[in-house]
Amino acid sequence: MNRRAEIRNLLIALAVLCLVFGVGLIVRQRGHRDSARFSRDSLSNDSLRTVPDLSFSDLNGRAIHMADYKNKVVLVSFWAAWCVPCAEEVPQFMALQKKYQGQGLQVIGFSVDDDAQELQSFYRKYQMNYPVVPSDLKLAEAFGGVLGLPTTFVIGRDSRIHAKHNGATDFSELEQEVVALLEGEQN
Amino acid sequence: MHIQLALCRSFIFRVSLFTMLVVAVGFAPAQDLAKQEDPLPPGSSQLIQPEELAQALKRAQRPVVLYVGPKSIYAQAHIPGAENVGPAGRPEGMEKLRARATSLGKESPVVIYCGCCPWDHCPNIRPAYAELKKAGFTNVRVLYLENSFGVNWKDKGLPVAAGE
Repeated sequence: MNRRAEIRNLLIALAVLCLVFGVGLIVRQRGHRDSARFSRDSLSNDSLRTVPDLSFSDLNGRAIHMADYKNKVVLVSFWAAWCVPCAEEVPQFMALQKKYQGQGLQVIGFSVDDDAQELQSFYRKYQMNYPVVPSDLKLAEAFGGVLGLPTTFVIGRDSRIHAKHNGATDFSELEQEVVALLEGEQN
Repeated sequence: MHIQLALCRSFIFRVSLFTMLVVAVGFAPAQDLAKQEDPLPPGSSQLIQPEELAQALKRAQRPVVLYVGPKSIYAQAHIPGAENVGPAGRPEGMEKLRARATSLGKESPVVIYCGCCPWDHCPNIRPAYAELKKAGFTNVRVLYLENSFGVNWKDKGLPVAAGE
């Protein structure tokens, strides 16, 4: 085999390699998208639920009153540290909190059926920048029921729920909703 | 000397080619192979669809329905008559499932369900199914809830009960 032929074969092998990796990557991403199906309930204006003035304590014992968030846009995420798609969302909620907190966004995480130690450990590991509250039945019912995780509620400055995301959240859509509400648009 | 150099080059080339192919074949589809090993892939015969179960529950000979998910969801809404075993992904839930299974006949029709999270990520349903199969149950089916109990059962208007 001469040198030119070797180089040619090597290039062919590299092309095959790239092709196999490319196909593998596409299939993998498609699978990920399929597994991350979500649905969104857009609530019409006349059926918007107003969040009651609930009070609760976060993981660190700090008292939180929903009334304190009037005039803010609030994202309420029902999640659990044991729920894989929920855990995957945490960094994205952190990014939204960081990006829009100056404009009036507040993220709150309501943890569902988490072991207290596991939850605390998760909170520290991710250095979460928003309050996490161990939730209970009363809290879930105050939001009209939470029958699956993750579930995210988008609350406007008027303290009303404007959208509910069931399952893995589409964060580009969520960010658009947040920006619209921060800028004063009501959907 | 010239022949030795050529042989050496050829050897290195073949080893490189072999290594690249092994890496490519072994790495790229690894994720999909893992998925193929799912004991409960969508569409498989072990699964029962929500509407089919709702019909089955209207019959006199209804299956035993065991809920193997978190208690807060059960307390809000569950399939009427379903027993709350607890999350089978946790040791205490698994113990309760084993204990309940001992009082059931191995050929009894049993349906298990969770619906806490999207199907692919549910931490409870596969351990529960594996445990019942291991225990020798021959008539176990799993309720397929693609997104959650809320989306795939309650929002479809299928019957629910509340309370612990």
